[in-house]
Amino acid sequence: MSPLRTTIAGGAARAAGGLSRLAGRGGTSLPGKVLLRGDPRAIERLGARLAHGSAVISATNGKTTTAALAAGILERHGERLVHNRAGANMAGGVAAALLHGDGELGLFEVDEFWLDQVVGALRPRATLLGNLFRDQLDRYGELETIADRWAAVAAGGAAGRLVLNADDPSVADLGRDHADALLYGIEDDSVALAEMQHASDATHCRRCGAPYDYEVHHLGHLGRYRCPRCGARRPDPHVRASAIELHGFDGSRFTLGLPDGEAEVAFPLPGLYNLYNALGAAALAHALGVPLATIAAGLEEGQAAFGRGERVAVAGAEALILLVKNPAGANGVLQTLAREAGPLRLLAVLNDQIADGRDVSWIWDADFDLLAGRVAQVTCSGTRAPEMALRLKYAGVPVERIAVEPDLARALDAAAAGAAGGRLYALPTYTAMLALRELLVARGAAEDSFA
Amino acid sequence: MADRTLRVCALYPDLMNIYADRGNLLLLERRCAWRGIGFAVTAAGIGDAVDPDAHDLYYLGGGQDRDQMLCAQDLVEVKRDALHAAAARDAVLLAVCGGYQLLGHSYALGDEEIPGVGLVDLRTVRADGPRLIGNVAIEVDLPGLGGPRVLAGFENHGGRTRLGPGERPLGRVLRGHGNDGHSGHEGVRRGNVIGTYLHGPLLPKNAWFADWLIGRALGLAEPLDPLDDALEEAAHAGARRAAGV
Repeated sequence: MSPLRTTIAGGAARAAGGLSRLAGRGGTSLPGKVLLRGDPRAIERLGARLAHGSAVISATNGKTTTAALAAGILERHGERLVHNRAGANMAGGVAAALLHGDGELGLFEVDEFWLDQVVGALRPRATLLGNLFRDQLDRYGELETIADRWAAVAAGGAAGRLVLNADDPSVADLGRDHADALLYGIEDDSVALAEMQHASDATHCRRCGAPYDYEVHHLGHLGRYRCPRCGARRPDPHVRASAIELHGFDGSRFTLGLPDGEAEVAFPLPGLYNLYNALGAAALAHALGVPLATIAAGLEEGQAAFGRGERVAVAGAEALILLVKNPAGANGVLQTLAREAGPLRLLAVLNDQIADGRDVSWIWDADFDLLAGRVAQVTCSGTRAPEMALRLKYAGVPVERIAVEPDLARALDAAAAGAAGGRLYALPTYTAMLALRELLVARGAAEDSFA
Repeated sequence: MADRTLRVCALYPDLMNIYADRGNLLLLERRCAWRGIGFAVTAAGIGDAVDPDAHDLYYLGGGQDRDQMLCAQDLVEVKRDALHAAAARDAVLLAVCGGYQLLGHSYALGDEEIPGVGLVDLRTVRADGPRLIGNVAIEVDLPGLGGPRVLAGFENHGGRTRLGPGERPLGRVLRGHGNDGHSGHEGVRRGNVIGTYLHGPLLPKNAWFADWLIGRALGLAEPLDPLDDALEEAAHAGARRAAGV
């Protein structure tokens, strides 16, 4: 294929991007799809032009936030990035970012299932793999299918330096034959859970199949584990968080340990789940040669990615938009909510579009029980609003505090009115989050993330 | 009814739980509690013996391939006789998805064959075609309900299940794939032994069926006390609508 063909395909693709943006929302992957149709090797070809190469991030949960944090650090370091910032993370989204981007270093979050293709085409300098949890089973299939595909990526030699979460056994094990793998993890037992959460998936040894023994649980199956049969154990991390203080939705403080030293970090994003994202971003930046001081400063200025802890003023209330899309991700949010003082006012929006997963059974695996006794008022909306309400009823929320309003605009009005003068926690699924932001953008309350 | 207790045996709750199976147990628990019926659940994992007389309802959920294989081996070696004895005394046995596939003779996956407990006459084969995935609704005709009812849920299975000649399905497919995508059959029911591909989970989407199971498991002659089921009925209607019924 000639460079001319890429150019022509690129022209058609840019035109498609303009049209789809005019048509409304998104428009971030369509031009990439058009480009790849005209030039199936476009990612490889455009990626090869990046003077500083690229880095790739994948995980079930936290891709967009980790990439946003890494972007902040890398830009502070002086890099000009080509980055699929809006979260379009399949091949089309990566191709579109490459097509429109103007920079030297590529930073791409990549969908778990597209990782092998994108890594094969980009041959990144480093690949960060954050966690593997059960996700939308109707879309992604079983966890072990993805774990096997990731193992092939790790063994394939195209991924560059592996940056791995030591606390997730199925991820850490990918580094077993890579002496240069950079591992990150939490080294503070004071933030441990009393017991393993129900939504824990990689509970059996990847090597021999025996159930792991856990010394400490942090989030789902993340923690400090050891196989009693074959002796495989959680490796010691090179990038560490210790002396952690969690301050709910106001963020956390911790000591960041890197191979080149330690720094105190006041980190603004909520919850232990975001601390894992911070560690991942720090480890990736370290692997790309960024010094400790720049990494620490970048984390302190970290901002929530759209819809992931984003704060928006709405009708006299402060709304916090907290995307929930699978049991482990929802549990991270619910754990943080449960640590808040005072009664909670919530807007829970459950959609069953393809991007949400048509199968909504996952809400029964998430620990909504943590909210029992804590909810002053919850408005349930979305295409499966009654099932969301039912989940909360069986979690122990009194029915008189549960309202069902399938229409999102009306639900937002009702929920915001009830939360006037205080805080409204909005828990939308993926397409619900996009729709909610669209409403808020139309009302001038949020910024258009796709502009 | 305060002296009654529904005694549940949850089989492999740590391994066979992939489609939010705990939602099914939660429905049983709460709907018993709201009526003053006691609820006791015993977990039986790999290697644990099962008492065929100690439980009114045995529950077996779905799992990933590897976990399903581990459990199948254990079911056959450790628990088969007890489950046959429990079924013979009319205890309720509800098996969903991967658990359903283990109720029959075997589940063939290419060269491998997972053994079943043989409680019903059926065989399952992993076909080359796509997984059967989507919202599903079936019509069931169960004793004591005075007419057909609808169960709605979600199915996601690679296996195709064929019932033997003497076996009856749980229901007739209204929308979705069912046992094999073309027979029109969904699930199996022989007395109180029930298998189905419907998860989602099944009982939150069909609270009336949870009540039917509780009544059968306790051997009640009279219907259970009614509850305020406005949200349950709305969720059921939502699941039916998603399936197109």
